[in-house]
Amino acid sequence: MTEITLRVNDEMRSYSVEPHHTLLESLRDDLALTGTKECCLVGECGACTVRLNGVIVDSCLVLAVEADGGEVTTVEGLAWGDQLSALQEAFLTRGAVQCGFCIPGQLMAADDLLRRVSHPAHDEIEEGLAGNLCRCGCYYQIFDAVESVAVGSGEQP
Amino acid sequence: MTQIGDPAPRGGGRGRVNGEQRYVADIHLPNELHVKLVTLPCARGRIGDIDSSAALAIPGVVAVYSATDLPHPMPRFGPQFTDRPVIATGETKFHGDPVAAVAAESLDAAEEAARLVKVEFEELQAVVTVAAARAEGAPRVQDGVAGNVLREHKVAWGDLDAAAKHAELTVENTYRFPMVTQFAIEPHAFMAAPDGDGVTVWTSIQHPYWLQRLLAQTLKLPLARVRVIAPDPGGAFGGKQHAKYEPLLAFMALKLQRPVRLVLTLEETFQAVRRTETEVRVRTGLTRAGKLVFQDVDADYLIGAYADIADRVVGKGSYIACGPYNYEAGRVTARSVLSHTVPSTAFRGFGNPQVNWAVESNLTEAAAQIGLDPVELRLKNLAKKGDPFIPFDTPCDGDWVEATKRAAELAGWDKPKPEGRGRGFALGIKSGPTTGLSYSKVRLHADGSAIVYCGTQDIGQGARTIFAQIAAHELGIPLERVSVVMGDTGIVPYDQQTSASRSTVLMGNAVLAASRQVREKLAAGESGEIVGVGDAKKEPDPDHPLGGSAAFFEFNATAVELSVDEETGDITIHRHVTVSDVGKAINRLQVQMQDEGAAIMGLGHTLMERYIWDDAGRIRNLGAIDYRIPTSMDLPEVMVSDMIENGDGPGPYGAKGMSEGALLPVSAAVAAAVRDATGVVIRDLPLSPERVWTALQQRDRS
Repeated sequence: MTEITLRVNDEMRSYSVEPHHTLLESLRDDLALTGTKECCLVGECGACTVRLNGVIVDSCLVLAVEADGGEVTTVEGLAWGDQLSALQEAFLTRGAVQCGFCIPGQLMAADDLLRRVSHPAHDEIEEGLAGNLCRCGCYYQIFDAVESVAVGSGEQP
Repeated sequence: MTQIGDPAPRGGGRGRVNGEQRYVADIHLPNELHVKLVTLPCARGRIGDIDSSAALAIPGVVAVYSATDLPHPMPRFGPQFTDRPVIATGETKFHGDPVAAVAAESLDAAEEAARLVKVEFEELQAVVTVAAARAEGAPRVQDGVAGNVLREHKVAWGDLDAAAKHAELTVENTYRFPMVTQFAIEPHAFMAAPDGDGVTVWTSIQHPYWLQRLLAQTLKLPLARVRVIAPDPGGAFGGKQHAKYEPLLAFMALKLQRPVRLVLTLEETFQAVRRTETEVRVRTGLTRAGKLVFQDVDADYLIGAYADIADRVVGKGSYIACGPYNYEAGRVTARSVLSHTVPSTAFRGFGNPQVNWAVESNLTEAAAQIGLDPVELRLKNLAKKGDPFIPFDTPCDGDWVEATKRAAELAGWDKPKPEGRGRGFALGIKSGPTTGLSYSKVRLHADGSAIVYCGTQDIGQGARTIFAQIAAHELGIPLERVSVVMGDTGIVPYDQQTSASRSTVLMGNAVLAASRQVREKLAAGESGEIVGVGDAKKEPDPDHPLGGSAAFFEFNATAVELSVDEETGDITIHRHVTVSDVGKAINRLQVQMQDEGAAIMGLGHTLMERYIWDDAGRIRNLGAIDYRIPTSMDLPEVMVSDMIENGDGPGPYGAKGMSEGALLPVSAAVAAAVRDATGVVIRDLPLSPERVWTALQQRDRS
């Protein structure tokens, strides 16, 4: 076991991890942050997307020890207490959420896109979300949600 | 107040966007053990000695179970035939069939131990194609099933021989539909724990009550001692209808007297559920003027090693193969062919997409041969409301002409095409549920808020929203004051199943009735907590070929416009139009979400998806790297979805079931458009760049 320290959703966490465990496993099993989802485990589906040190990663492809000293944001960190973010609200009102299993990853990827590009063009949204599979096929509604936030706020969420 | 039809907010939505939603794998039980399955590197292997000593030596490993640890004779289960052993016994029958299961204090220990279980085995010849399974002298997949044909389903009307004399043209072709998988983003997950004198099972499943019955039979327990807790699944698409590893987990939990959990990997999920592969031979008879005379369909559905619900998929899916048209005569023969492959199960469309692909493509061919517009051919023969298009079933229950014309109009069918583009058109039809039984309970609290209880599962289709909307509307209270409880057989009343797009109609009617009973009790002056109950039934008909007529039909018209890159064979869809007859939308946004999602899923098997097998019967493209499903980069440039609402369905406010229709005709519409754009006719799916490019090369050589 190795001791690591992470700043997770603005909270400092110091704890022991197995050196072969991924950040995904650690978030879910050590910190009980189960909002981040496990599906393909090979970095293809995007369900485990989190922000690590300012960039989004597939947390199934990062070892927990590699994240030591880093800053992690998961889907649980997007809302301000009870107040959902504009993007979370838009996902609901625009019909972007069906079964919901891919949604944490979609939200993290969309949030990252909007941090990088405040008013993304349609093809930038398609590309920005290309690493996040949605089998319910809510892609158009997800695009719509992202566009509505970009247009609505005129600035970063 | 939200009205019926409005885009009411997603029931259970908040937890789905803030990470609070608990799917099965997110739940942990105190003192739980982790289970890992042990499988063989081939499809069919005679199982010899199983040496668990090295595995048991790993710290934390509690048990290694195989066939000898289960009751004798091996308990078997299945929703249709009780053919599937709880764990492989004697021989494995498909790649991924578990021969042993390890239980350990940690997942790490279980995984390490699973690799150390030594299984002696002798690889045996496996059959993984229709041709191999039906060949003379082929190995039998199941004892007692000669020729590997589990059942042959026949349905016919009219006098085909007489009708054939009226046909001026017969178009005959064979079409193939590949083996594909549901690929719910949530891999299947199961837990079981001893509970007093019984057992509680947590599972990501569509039919908690069917599972309860199956577990009670398999474990020889009364229903009252089997509790199924079923959190909302993270996508299901039919793949989560029936038991997979719940019986194994239940036996392990009872024997170990500890909770056990098994979360499949995506690769293991590919080895747990899939759609049937199908070969369909179609003979269409028509006149030169475009009157359809007969349809003769013969299909081999390659099901897996165990039946699961696949034989019903074959029977019900093939039944309506002739489509929504009036014929003098129709005949459908379909066989469930066993093979040494993953047990195939329900998958959105339930056996229809395979025959729809064939028959609708053959109609496109027929239209071309007589020089008639393909939409015109369909309109000429389409059943009108009330037409008994299948003489012994529910007559045409919608304005299908209106839906067809709407799709053509939205596609700009009569307008000139841009240079280099092709257009294709196809119709889809599916029988709704043939039997059904749903109960609901509604409690009105002292503060005027209400809870709806129902055994339907919200698998992503938005059932929570729909039932809340119905109850709110009937009780005259705001939607925010209604909550919906699902997913626990210990709490909610019985519901037969969540499938066949039934829930809005059947459970919807039950919720409606329960809410109205609350209202009546209020009107009668009752006070305190007021409880209403309601039910909805679809009575079976033992004389019907399917055991019951269709409660409604799902009808969809799809049109696409696309171009093909002649250098690469890559298809770009510029416009995809999908129009469904939904009777009445309870929530128009959710109808749109379901229809567009179904259309995109249809594009998956049309353009890119299929299992690839090797000689040992192993799936070569297990997992997300080598098996591709549509991403945000693979979509039609423009998606237009629309709905027909004539209030003519049997559900609340005239609703019909929907959500599968928009998937059915996608393949035939896309292939027709490829033909229109390039002149090449392809009768095998998927229309991958490689396949299209090869066809273009052949066209250019000839």
